[in-house]
Amino acid sequence: MDSDAILAEIPRLRRYARALLGHRAAADDLVQDTLERAWSRIGQWRPGTDLRAWLFSIMHNLHVDQVRRSTPPTCPVDEANDDLQTRPTQTDGLELNDLESALRQLPDEQREVVLLVALEGMSYSDIATMLGIPSGTVMSRLARGRERLRQVMAGLAETPASRLRVVK
Amino acid sequence: MSLNTVKESDLHAYVDGALPEADREAITRFLAEHPDEAQRVRDYQMQKQAIADLFSATLDEPIPETLRSLASPPRASDAMDRPRERPSFLPRGSLQRIAASVLIAFLGGIAGWVAHGQYPPAERLSVAVPLPRQAAIAHAVYSPDVRRPVEVSGEQEEQLVTWLSKRIGTPVKPPKLGKLGYELVGGRLLPGNIGPVAQFMYQDGSGQRLTLFVSTENTANRETAFRFAREGTVNVFYWIDGKFGYALSGTLEKGELARLATAVYEQIEGIDRQPR
Repeated sequence: MDSDAILAEIPRLRRYARALLGHRAAADDLVQDTLERAWSRIGQWRPGTDLRAWLFSIMHNLHVDQVRRSTPPTCPVDEANDDLQTRPTQTDGLELNDLESALRQLPDEQREVVLLVALEGMSYSDIATMLGIPSGTVMSRLARGRERLRQVMAGLAETPASRLRVVK
Repeated sequence: MSLNTVKESDLHAYVDGALPEADREAITRFLAEHPDEAQRVRDYQMQKQAIADLFSATLDEPIPETLRSLASPPRASDAMDRPRERPSFLPRGSLQRIAASVLIAFLGGIAGWVAHGQYPPAERLSVAVPLPRQAAIAHAVYSPDVRRPVEVSGEQEEQLVTWLSKRIGTPVKPPKLGKLGYELVGGRLLPGNIGPVAQFMYQDGSGQRLTLFVSTENTANRETAFRFAREGTVNVFYWIDGKFGYALSGTLEKGELARLATAVYEQIEGIDRQPR
């Protein structure tokens, strides 16, 4: 494999990781893990195929592993109802870019798809292959993610607390 | 595509330019008649562009050397050389690695301390552990030991003297304090600031113990009179004679210790006055 080809992908890997994780150091750690795993599995890469897609899928799998390891097992809420998700609070008190903090409020699965489309311009079918999910799931995650982002940006999103009040 | 069958996914495909030309035109017509949907599509388009803009700067950042080096096949040793800090979780064995690195840092600190003590010599006494403190610590550590207070017992005094003299590089001999009620228990070798030092231990009939700490590490080339120091419960009389530093330590009362220290001092000075 050509080292220059890998070197050329690093800025894109960093950008996606940065957008996905929100923290520069954590993002570069993920990129480093991705490259190390890529080299350890270099035999699985078929020359002539899309190097970028291969590297991104490695990064996706590592990210999923890390999220799974660092959080207790939960039911996937994505396809059923994302009303259940709560807003992450780890960035409270920080003045983040509105859009960036809105992205943090998306479930991981939705943020991934929204970012892959916006940053990488990947086709829906390529994303489906990369994430190992049906195209219809890509579409629903994209639609939910974009709509939630739009509502958060417009100040329309209800907080979990206000939902609870409605239930009362 | 009929205007009545426009699906949510079609609107997103429209935003992403993923529709065939005919479908694209159909959606354009649909949006012209549905202003709310048209606004939503414009929001999505702006949102998509905003995300691209927000993170585009990352593409122009210089690539960190850690990542740049990974564009080439890693050498097998690299993985060993590069312990990673993991912010989100601790991999198996990381506590041992943290403990090891703390220990390494600690030993490095000691090495630096010792090296700093050696260079330059004029500053050594000011940075090394002072003689009375060294002596008091050694006393506090070893004098309470019932079973193994010394390495070589006083019954083998000749061996003790030969061994300690050889190890610290100069003749040393334990003074005799029998007339004052204290018998030699034995002696041991200890680490000083830059090398070995000796400790002799004495005990009286009641079990009260004294230790005489003998260092040959003094390079300041000066002499001092008797000095007294107290380290916690341990009283110390000490003096420096050329390269030798002597310290007599014990938990007994100061006046009693002074009397014993004077006897030690006189014997040692007497030894010194003898022709060699």
